[in-house]
Amino acid sequence: MCLAIPGKIVEILGASGSLATVEVSGVRRKVDLGLLQDDMPQPGDWVLIHVGFAMSKISEQDALDQMNTLRMLGETEQAMQEVRGYGLEEN
Amino acid sequence: MKFVDEFRDAKMINKTAEEIRRLADSGRHYRIMEVCGGHTHAIYRFGLKDILPENIELIHGPGCPVCVLPMGRIDDGLSLANDPMVIFAAFGDMMRVPGRQGSPLEHKARGMDVRVVYSPSDALKLARANPDRHVMFFAIGFETTSPSTALTLIRAKAEGIRNFSVFCNHVTIIPAIRAILDSPDMRLDAFIGPGHVSTVIGCRPYEWIARDQRKPIVISGFEPLDILQSIVMILRQLRAGEAKVELQYKRVVPWEGNRAALQALADVFQLRPYFEWRGLGFISQSALRIRDAYAEWDSEQRFGIPGVRVIDPKAAQCGEVLKGVLKPAQCKLFGTECTPEHPVGALMVSSEGSCAAYHNYEHRKAAAGLSV
Repeated sequence: MCLAIPGKIVEILGASGSLATVEVSGVRRKVDLGLLQDDMPQPGDWVLIHVGFAMSKISEQDALDQMNTLRMLGETEQAMQEVRGYGLEEN
Repeated sequence: MKFVDEFRDAKMINKTAEEIRRLADSGRHYRIMEVCGGHTHAIYRFGLKDILPENIELIHGPGCPVCVLPMGRIDDGLSLANDPMVIFAAFGDMMRVPGRQGSPLEHKARGMDVRVVYSPSDALKLARANPDRHVMFFAIGFETTSPSTALTLIRAKAEGIRNFSVFCNHVTIIPAIRAILDSPDMRLDAFIGPGHVSTVIGCRPYEWIARDQRKPIVISGFEPLDILQSIVMILRQLRAGEAKVELQYKRVVPWEGNRAALQALADVFQLRPYFEWRGLGFISQSALRIRDAYAEWDSEQRFGIPGVRVIDPKAAQCGEVLKGVLKPAQCKLFGTECTPEHPVGALMVSSEGSCAAYHNYEHRKAAAGLSV
């Protein structure tokens, strides 16, 4: 729940643009962009994700660093389990 | 210092540790509180205690939402879910937290419909998929998660999804810091401020800590180097006799926070007059309730809540540990009756709880051949 997971925006979805497909270590899931309305990310941008919502835009280097931090904390598997869990029954 | 070699920037870490030793006055004992449970977890996991000089003591703060939730709230939430029409949805972190009649997971084993969700929007999705059931989302967390709950409620109302409600246990970090500073048995020199909470609230809400309480606070990232650099920044302030809010985690935290997230919070939630925190007691204006405009989606306004209060087991000294008065291992139950496998208190449940973090660290140390 308190994990911040870095993901890369692959595609903005829907007319309102409030959802996006992100990729986290090869796993693609939908996340909500509603909390970044003031500074909307574009495909190719990196974001930090909390509980299925993108909360902040970050650089690619910061994203790699964050993934490394999760690895050092022994939380990579937990993070990936969380990401795979987004969207429940979907793909 | 056995973990240092794993670090990508081991050289920088050693350099920063040297700088800490240089800045720390050997005749002084420093008590620095890391507010956020994520930092507590990182500090133990990275073995930073072993890198720091002995006169720098890190006190673990209240920033673990699972740990500060009173047991009565878990019982309250589970009482609603006794209705077979109800699906009880919560984050995985909640599943092993003991209530009086067991944890959500134990209730599931007894036949209650308990589901793990990773996002509040997935709880809403459960409601869409089960129109003949009611989905209750057991919401917990500080400002890292409360905006997501807010937006989910906005979406539920906009879509007119009426078989969904939130049992709101969201808390806010600033009043907890105030309560700790007001506590007579607490002497602190400075704070390491929470990183991801601050992406939402920004840095201004901490200004009173520096201005009125004359305590430095540095908002920190979670890498070992981030935390050590934050300690350097704190020591520099203390040496200069200053007290400022400083931002070490600039690459992620904007000084003004996230306006869209703050707006969502303001639209959906208002402050409760008071809320009980495990270990800290009742703290005024320290938690969020759902505004009347969203009453239909508020489990508490929509259903009768028993309002259970449970006194923590006397032998467990969670309160003292939570306030930093006792170290985890000084609790009578630590490692014997209370373990991560069989937690008595919530500090042993979450990996961000100081007891679980300390317990796991001790085990890692032992497994590594006592060479710390």
